[in-house]
Amino acid sequence: MQIVVDLTRCQGYAQCVFLAPEVFELHGEEGLLYTTAVPDDQVERVRQAAAACPVQAIVVGEAVSAGVR
Amino acid sequence: MSGDLRGGRIVVVGASLAGLRAAETLREEGFTGSLTVVGDEPCPPYDRPPLSKQVLLGKASADTTALPMRRDPDADWRLGVAATGLDPLEKRVMLADGESLPFDRLLIATGTRARPWPNPEEASLDGVFTLRTSDEAGGLAERLAAGPGRVLVIGAGFTGSEIASACRERGIEVTVAERGPAPLVGALGGTLSKLAAVMHRNHGVDLRCGVTVTALRGDGNGRFTGADLSDGSRVDAEVCVVALGAVRNVEWLAESGLAAGPRGIACDAGCRAFDMYGIVTDDVFVAGDVSRFPHPLFGYQMLSLEHWGNAVAQAEVAAHNMVSPGPMRRPHLAVPTFWSTQFGINIKSVGVPTYSDHVVIAQGSLEARRLAMVYGYQGRVTAAVTVDMAKSLDYYKNLIETAAPFPPPPGAADRAIAADITIPSDVPDPSGLSHGPTVALTGHLPDRRLTVVQPSR
Repeated sequence: MQIVVDLTRCQGYAQCVFLAPEVFELHGEEGLLYTTAVPDDQVERVRQAAAACPVQAIVVGEAVSAGVR
Repeated sequence: MSGDLRGGRIVVVGASLAGLRAAETLREEGFTGSLTVVGDEPCPPYDRPPLSKQVLLGKASADTTALPMRRDPDADWRLGVAATGLDPLEKRVMLADGESLPFDRLLIATGTRARPWPNPEEASLDGVFTLRTSDEAGGLAERLAAGPGRVLVIGAGFTGSEIASACRERGIEVTVAERGPAPLVGALGGTLSKLAAVMHRNHGVDLRCGVTVTALRGDGNGRFTGADLSDGSRVDAEVCVVALGAVRNVEWLAESGLAAGPRGIACDAGCRAFDMYGIVTDDVFVAGDVSRFPHPLFGYQMLSLEHWGNAVAQAEVAAHNMVSPGPMRRPHLAVPTFWSTQFGINIKSVGVPTYSDHVVIAQGSLEARRLAMVYGYQGRVTAAVTVDMAKSLDYYKNLIETAAPFPPPPGAADRAIAADITIPSDVPDPSGLSHGPTVALTGHLPDRRLTVVQPSR
């Protein structure tokens, strides 16, 4: 699972940091750093974080799997 | 009509953020035809902002930032092959491997690349980097992990400042050389650039402003050892990062007859490309960093934005318009927004700060490193920048969208004491800076009148 956070939208409510602290961390007061490739044992927590984000800034999905043709 | 537009062949050139989001949106909007996405990098679409943050800090490796799909666009991905030309009459895109792809409608989202150091011989020294792709980030991160004695960053725009910040956080000595008077001055104006300079110096950056780098030096074995500055001084360093802004990937369109140049490809508010005569096409669309588009909030000047959010929003509008008949098409009117995290503070911007004559500090203060600065142009709010105050940004965005008077009326409960005292915004001529501007006003004002559009209710 891959994630991207729309940091244009993020306002630093940090709900994701509480729900999945191994994936999301605050860097300073409101700057968000996160692990883009989510480890398997964190997938459920990340889904909860994405659902709980007050501004719905977390996009969860799979990477494009196509290789070079 | 709309039935025809939902079928046929669409080619997207550019497999990064804008290309991926456009491909997804085409399917969401009901496109059922064949969809091909061409990208010159061999890897699937990936996110670039983490490259100057998580990756340089050593918290993530450069090959892990692949973008998640919001839905599978069921596309034929042609990755690792660059587009080399466009034949608008035959409606074909030529590829570097000799093949050519026929299309009914084309989306151009080729983005930008890092502006290289102007001297190719010096640029090829081992230890000299630019930062735009995941490969470049991976190579630089590896050098930083090895603990170099000093890193030289050329250019104190957002990317250069973030690189310097990451170096300091890793305990690496860093010198930043900037031709302008202060970091970020080209994007944020004089007042906030003073705060940026303080943040650099308080975090131990050796910040040199008002200087240019005149030469990069090697040790005779092709390894970078330092640089000469225009003030006669010399910086000894093991790694050099050239952060001079971006170059738009338009060379492949030189023979296409499109209005493509160093500032991007001109398009209308519906993302349709202009040809070289200024006539709008109806089958070639543009989105993301490579585009130039008019924005009514900023005097209909042509904006070129290197913003993550713009790539997404414009790709969605372009995709919608590619499958919608004329009256159903939408304009790309999103207000420009971007962010940067550096030296422990979060900077966010809405509107176009360079489109300003004065600013006020509406909330907080420079000393507190927490503030909201509002930018005005001829009595109207045109931009706002927050430092660790992101929750206030939407309020100011609304002021921009409604052409609120400047200085803005009292709004926040924690309004700054001098929120009605305006200061000149002090935005310098971009030609005096090391780094290219991330927001460029590339047109001229046809007149100085404001246009107010009142929707009928």
